[in-house]
Parts: sequence; C-alpha cells; structure tokens
Amino acid sequence: MTLDWTAFTPWSSLAGGLLIGLAAALFLVLNGRIAGISGVLGGLLRPAPGDLAWRIAFVAGMLMAPLAYALWSPLPLTQNVAGYPMLIAAGLLVGIGTRYGSGCTSGHGVCGLARGSRRSLLATACFMASGFVVVLLARHLGSG
Amino acid sequence: MQSLSAWLVGLIFGVGLILSGMTNPTKVVGFLDFTGAWDPSLGLVMGGAMTVAAIAFRWARGRTRAVLGAPMQIPQSRVLDKRLVFGSLAFGAGWGLAGFCPGPALVAMATGSVAAVVFVTSMLIGMAVF
Repeated sequence: MTLDWTAFTPWSSLAGGLLIGLAAALFLVLNGRIAGISGVLGGLLRPAPGDLAWRIAFVAGMLMAPLAYALWSPLPLTQNVAGYPMLIAAGLLVGIGTRYGSGCTSGHGVCGLARGSRRSLLATACFMASGFVVVLLARHLGSG
Repeated sequence: MQSLSAWLVGLIFGVGLILSGMTNPTKVVGFLDFTGAWDPSLGLVMGGAMTVAAIAFRWARGRTRAVLGAPMQIPQSRVLDKRLVFGSLAFGAGWGLAGFCPGPALVAMATGSVAAVVFVTSMLIGMAVF
C-alpha cells in the first residue's frame, strides 16, 4: 500500500464530512429521523401515509445541492470508473442490497456508527469488505 | 415545517458530499483500493460526519419527541442476521464496481452525469423489486 498524496484531499473531505454530520444531526434533532439516503429513497417508492412530502423535499434539497455549490465555487470534476453495463449491474446490487441490509453508507456508516449500533458496525464492515474485494479483483487481478 | 427542514437537510447533505469529493467515483474507489495507491479521503469524510452526528445522538438519548414535534424514530432492532450481512455485502460489491452509493449518485445525477442517471435508475429498480 502507498498513500496517493496527489489524490488525497484532507481539508475539503473533512469539511464536507462535518457538513454531512451537521445535516444528519439537524435531521435527528428537528425531524427525529436517521438521515439514511437509501431509507429515504426506499420509503419514497412505497410511502407510508403522511410520509411523502418530507421525502420529496429531502431529495429535492439534495438535487439542488450542485446549484447551491456552484454559486460560490466551480463544481469538482467527476471521473467515472465503470461503463454502462457495469453501472446497471452495480445499481441493481446497491438498490437490492441497501433495502435488504436496511441501510447504506449514510444510514449505517455515518448515523449507525455515530449512535453505536452493533448492527451498523457489522453492516459497515461487510460493505467495506466486499467493496475492497471487488476493487482488488477489478483493478489488480482482472486485467492480469 | 417537517418538509422545510427535510429540504434544508438534503441541501446541506448534498453540498457536504460535493465538497468532500464523494460525488467523484474515482475518489471512492481510490479509498477502497487499499493495495494500490490509497486515497484516505473517504475515511476523513466518515470520521468528520460521525463525530458531529454523535453529538446529536447523545442529545437524543431518552427523548421521545423531536424539536418539531414528531416522535423520535430510531431503529430498535438489535438482531445480527443474514439479511443484514448479505444485503450489505451486495451493496458493497455494487459500491466498489461503480464508485457510487445512493447519496453521491443522486447529487452526481443533478450535476448532469449520465453515468449517475444510469446508476440511479437501475438502483431505484433494484429498490422497487426488493
């Protein structure tokens, strides 16, 4: 393992992380809920009564974030790592996996670990481990 | 009010994801690539977010209602079961393949990334068939 110093962005990543934490904290304090994106989206597909409005508002806020960000700074570049067939397969895995496992990087990774949930610790260990294995296979063994 | 605060939370969350660099799949995969050239950025994003969120969860302990009046809805389950393990393993595999998880993919879609549109469409189908 070598550290990729040219790619590492300690300050902006830490600052962004603090903002994500602030959002999760506000949602808990004001709305009494866990800011888990897969949960917000999953509930949007099968809304409980009185549940639709805030879910739409949450997603609308996220979709407006690039506009807000672009007001004071140019948007960072995104470089994709997968072609369309891979993106479709990955999307299905993420969609099914997060519903089956009751959460993703935000619900388990951020909120779950922050509240000391053992379920979330196990979930985070699992998705980190399989993500690591997939990247290892794809990057280092796949083309060999 | 519940919707207004949810909108604000979504906005702050999304801006945080952009600032942190997590809407860029290359940075996410760079974190998962421990054996190659490792980019630790994602660790700082999670650590920073968790630290701030932990303060709020401390505050929430023992409370039954949130500030805007809704009941606190914190998951109560403590079961470590196969669903949790296999669901999370599947999620991690998709995450590693595309470098997208649900939040960053949504935000990247709004920046006009066609790849993110394809990913999110497929993810919503996955969520719907589940």
